Amino acid sequence: MSERGQVGLVLVSHSAQVAESVARLAQDLTPGGGHAPLAAAGGTPDGGVGTSAERVVAAAGEVDRGAGVVVLVDLGSAVLTVRSLLADEDELPPDTVIADAPFLEGAVSALVTASAGGDVDAVRAAAEEAYAYRKL
Amino acid sequence: MSDRNTEAKWDSNRARHWMAAAARAMTENEQRLTELDSAIGDADHGGNMRRGFQAVTSALDTAQDEGQLTGPGSVLTLAGRTLISKVGGASGPLYGTLLRRVGKTLGDEAEVDPAVLSEGLRAGVEGVVKLGGAAVGDKTMVDALQPAVDALESGFAAASQAALHGAEGTVPLRARKGRASYLGERSVGHQDPGATSAALLLGALAEVAGDE
Repeated sequence: MSERGQVGLVLVSHSAQVAESVARLAQDLTPGGGHAPLAAAGGTPDGGVGTSAERVVAAAGEVDRGAGVVVLVDLGSAVLTVRSLLADEDELPPDTVIADAPFLEGAVSALVTASAGGDVDAVRAAAEEAYAYRKL
Repeated sequence: MSDRNTEAKWDSNRARHWMAAAARAMTENEQRLTELDSAIGDADHGGNMRRGFQAVTSALDTAQDEGQLTGPGSVLTLAGRTLISKVGGASGPLYGTLLRRVGKTLGDEAEVDPAVLSEGLRAGVEGVVKLGGAAVGDKTMVDALQPAVDALESGFAAASQAALHGAEGTVPLRARKGRASYLGERSVGHQDPGATSAALLLGALAEVAGDE
């Protein structure tokens, strides 16, 4: 493990309440006291439903500890906004990646892994492996 | 329009005129876009496009006052970035990627030939296809954009006509991408709002291309 900080997580939802609630749930389900930096970027600045690139950029800056940032997204414009920001090298912190993962399950797995000191690849993989968890 | 006009080079002023014409078109058609979007989407497309392009023109005015617009590439790159940051729906990142990619293709030149702008548009539409994953026939903006770039060899007016035709051709299609795809068969019979706004953007380009 390097001397850099933990991997940061950003949860991007169309809804501020969804992003914040999923963040809270992931924190509640992460064992131990301290957890990796986590920020919710939900809804639009005027309180509406949608995706705000400015909120995503601010949230990524907030959780960046130099170890990379993993972004989880819900639907449609959240996915497209983050992917278009990633296409522009200087918008998001270095080593920011999008996880192709279910939003809630992925957030929980990612936060547990990041809090345990996993690197950005491990955190993204943990989020993406959440697809394999079958419910039936 | 004369050959001399359509062959005129594109500088930062001409690129700004394109964005201003697009903002006017989106404002004039806001209600129509919203009506189309209320049939198969979430009724925010008209407002998103009007607000987005108004934000573009005001960002361009500020950058112009500060002397930052050194060529058409810088104009369109800034326009794209503004759409990505200011529009809360999928149209922001999609149109933003389109314009930013055009801008990056034009680079730092003070002025470019129309052929270079055409090349930029092809790259921009490729970027949209890559970002959104839509193909022709999925009932999206790609149904207007792809025929438009395919017609660019015949000029911007031909591209604009092809975009209009492509947008009208979305009526019988069933949506396979975007919000409308959640509706399945119920999306049939409505013109796609994104294809419609894409035709407006190409129409604004043709207007400015023939205007000088």
